[in-house]
Amino acid sequence: MNKAFTGDARAALSRRGFLKASGALVVGFSIFDGVEVAQAQFPGPVALSPSLAQLDSWIAIAADGSITAYSGKEELGQGISTAQMQLVAEELSVPFSKVNLIYCDTAYTPDQAYTSGSQSHPANFNKSNLGQAAATAREALFRMASEKLGAPVTALDAADGVIAVRADRSKRVTYGELVGGRKFQLALDPKAKRKDPGEWKILGTPVKRPDLPDIMTGRFEFVHNVRVPEMLHGRVVRPPAVGARVLSVDEASVRDLPGNVKVVVKKDFVGVVAAKPWQAVQAAAKLKVEWSAGTGLPKQAGFAEQLRQQPVRDQFLLDSGDVDQQLKSAASVMKATYFHPYQMHGSVGSSCAVADVRSDGATLWCSTQAVWYQKTTCAMVLGMKPENVRVIFRRGSGCYGLNGADTVTYDAAVLSQAVGKPVRVQLSRKDEMAWENYGNAYLMDERVALDAGGNIVAWDHEVWTPNLGNRPGTGTPGNVITGKLLGFSPDAFTPRSPAPPPGNFNNNSNGMPSYVAGRIGGVNRNTGTVASERVLVHTVASPLWTGPLRSPARLQNTFAHESFLDEIAAKLKADPVEYRLRHLSNPRLRDMVQEAAKAAKWDARPSPNPKRKPTDVASGRGMACVAYERDNGYAAMVLEVEVNQDTGKIAVRRIVVSNDCGPISNPDGLRNQLEGGALQGISRALGEEVTWDDQKVTSVDWRTYHSLPVGIEVPTIECVLVNRPEEEATGAGETSVTIAAAALGNAIFDATGARLRQIPFTPERIKEALATRA
Amino acid sequence: MSTIHLKVNGESHTLDLDPATPLLYALSDDLALRGPKFGCGLGQCGACTVIVKGQAIRSCITPVSTVQNTEITTLEGIGTPERPHPIQQAFIDEGAAQCGFCMSGVMLTAKALVDKVPHPSEQLIEQSLAGVLCRCFTHARMMAAIRRYAAGVAK
Ligand code: FES
Ligand code: FES
Repeated sequence: MNKAFTGDARAALSRRGFLKASGALVVGFSIFDGVEVAQAQFPGPVALSPSLAQLDSWIAIAADGSITAYSGKEELGQGISTAQMQLVAEELSVPFSKVNLIYCDTAYTPDQAYTSGSQSHPANFNKSNLGQAAATAREALFRMASEKLGAPVTALDAADGVIAVRADRSKRVTYGELVGGRKFQLALDPKAKRKDPGEWKILGTPVKRPDLPDIMTGRFEFVHNVRVPEMLHGRVVRPPAVGARVLSVDEASVRDLPGNVKVVVKKDFVGVVAAKPWQAVQAAAKLKVEWSAGTGLPKQAGFAEQLRQQPVRDQFLLDSGDVDQQLKSAASVMKATYFHPYQMHGSVGSSCAVADVRSDGATLWCSTQAVWYQKTTCAMVLGMKPENVRVIFRRGSGCYGLNGADTVTYDAAVLSQAVGKPVRVQLSRKDEMAWENYGNAYLMDERVALDAGGNIVAWDHEVWTPNLGNRPGTGTPGNVITGKLLGFSPDAFTPRSPAPPPGNFNNNSNGMPSYVAGRIGGVNRNTGTVASERVLVHTVASPLWTGPLRSPARLQNTFAHESFLDEIAAKLKADPVEYRLRHLSNPRLRDMVQEAAKAAKWDARPSPNPKRKPTDVASGRGMACVAYERDNGYAAMVLEVEVNQDTGKIAVRRIVVSNDCGPISNPDGLRNQLEGGALQGISRALGEEVTWDDQKVTSVDWRTYHSLPVGIEVPTIECVLVNRPEEEATGAGETSVTIAAAALGNAIFDATGARLRQIPFTPERIKEALATRA
Repeated sequence: MSTIHLKVNGESHTLDLDPATPLLYALSDDLALRGPKFGCGLGQCGACTVIVKGQAIRSCITPVSTVQNTEITTLEGIGTPERPHPIQQAFIDEGAAQCGFCMSGVMLTAKALVDKVPHPSEQLIEQSLAGVLCRCFTHARMMAAIRRYAAGVAK
């Protein structure tokens, strides 16, 4: 069994003992022999990040030939650890079961910043980092074997961790015999030859995730299950209203409760610690805290439109300079406004962390997406040197971005420091939902100029998006609620208008529609043909916390672009697939559109369906596509829907999604991501919206925030995977979620002729759109 | 505090607890079980599900005092990685998880249903899972795994 998935807190601690004893950077532990009792503390400063340029930072080979790989990209449930182990097994010609993977522990693994933004596949599977390290190790092993066996490298073969002379297989040496337990002491070789995808035996195959048996049987250790000796339980007491501040705390109000309750107050941070979690829950509920009035929130009704009146920080992504002229002289102009609300990560498990803070150092178990940044920012929170803080990733409930994982780590750290014992904190459902960094709201104006032949000649995209806070990065703990309560500031909002001219080409936000040329520096860098183009982003101050939520900005922008493209095609009575292709120049994106249409047996005709009836259940199909961040994954979706025109209820019947992420590392993992992303996109489109009153967020549980449950009529989901071994690896996990809302909205339009421009598509909004349709 | 007797996965335990303590805390904290999880604490998501008297119940809103001396089964009580229960095997075979946090709710709710109704209709399966959440949206695979398990039981 591969050990990466079962390593738990005890094992990680016992491993330390092993390393000290052996003096080598090689591991040989598993949960099953991890019987050593946890020591709660690590003496001495931990090393700063292992160098990304050194082979030993990535790969170690033990005397028994087992391979340990170290990665800065963690398993969140997206399957990347299985793929990374396949990668190492493939490049080193060992069975999958011989590879262990250690990821995201600042004591051992290299700093690869965040596990986010669909960056893990490109970061570790292309010509650098983990993949290149494995190839470097393979060449080094061949050189050593050549010397040992007295045969040229070209006469050797590797299989199963053994290098042998091809002509005489009795001449052989194992990896363990060549390097077992010793370091390579080599730099990563950018020229080390990677295996040709044509030779792949492990990579590219649907290897099963080795963590599944433990997960399905309740043996897997989530961060929620980390238990260390002497551990106490904490609970935070968040303000009752946004902007409320602590006036006084009555510690006597909980003095007589069981569990040896301690109250911790630091500026506006309030928490309690008790012996048991239920005691902490009760103490937090009973603690009397006097708060100042909140600073107030703007009305939710009309929130979108009032964004236009706020002070702005402006940025041009594109400005060809001739858009106004084109709009004036065009044969016709179309425009529409779209709105995407704040949405939540809404993890099923509220966030949790365990912290053991002593005067000379701290150890944190948490599910942050950036262990190295948690290390530096938590050091700021604790007033410690970063080198004295060790951060160990443990899987949390699926996060889809910046959920409460970072903030709860600060919570646990502050409480542990205050009481001098390890403290575990799990947020309440309400504390998770009322204070997380929501996915940003977007108000989006789309405008195009059309020529007499119905072609788009100019595209103008202008957005307003409120922002407050973000990931804490290397030095901004105030970007999440706990940091703010402790007195740290979030990233400052500095108005700036007008915007400076566009800088280098950057479509990471998918602010540029796929249909524009993206001409910067005289080169067309985007995926489309429209040469007259302008994309202007107005960032405004947000009353609620914001941060990256799966496909941040890209999903919101793509919802507008792909819905609007559909509106234009409908107005011109053009088939939406044909009309897309007419304005797309990028062959990979064109292929995705065509592959999805082909697999779905796309009925080529204009929308809405000419045979539609105005009442009862109507069915329709919609298309949307994206070149994610321009070059980090390509996908298209055809979605079939039934709309009950009397009730406004939607039933998604079928989803066909095509995907191109370069070489496919694990087709089953890829499918799982596409399927889950598609349904998550449907849930977000149909029901998800953060709500608030004049003081506080009011969507604080699963009655007030609406997620599609497991018990729905699940649509058929078909994935069309296009493998491109000759291309670079790209991301994949955020593609299908990005296009689901637009594909759904377009399908509803096709079925009924009603256009939805505001998410979520609630039955009320659908009925309203039906009542006012042309 | 009072003395509480719990029978969990075939073992008896005597604990000193406030009788109002939700069962979930006793299981995951006092008994260090990893299957049932705190998701919401409000009975709204299913992450804390255990089986009591053949029913899938939500341990986060069930006081320990109400389930004394009745057999309580958690996810780890029905199978192990080495010998998974057929429903666990079906979920493994279908690769029906992403993060895996929601598994107690999905699997134990479905198991309790199929144990009672060996040939559940799609509708019945959907109804039983109408209050269970998976925010990774692994729904399609979960439904396939439940169908696979039900088909095996029906044989
Ligand atoms: S944790 Fe019990 S139902 Fe959510
Ligand atoms: S697999 Fe992540 S919540 Fe269900």
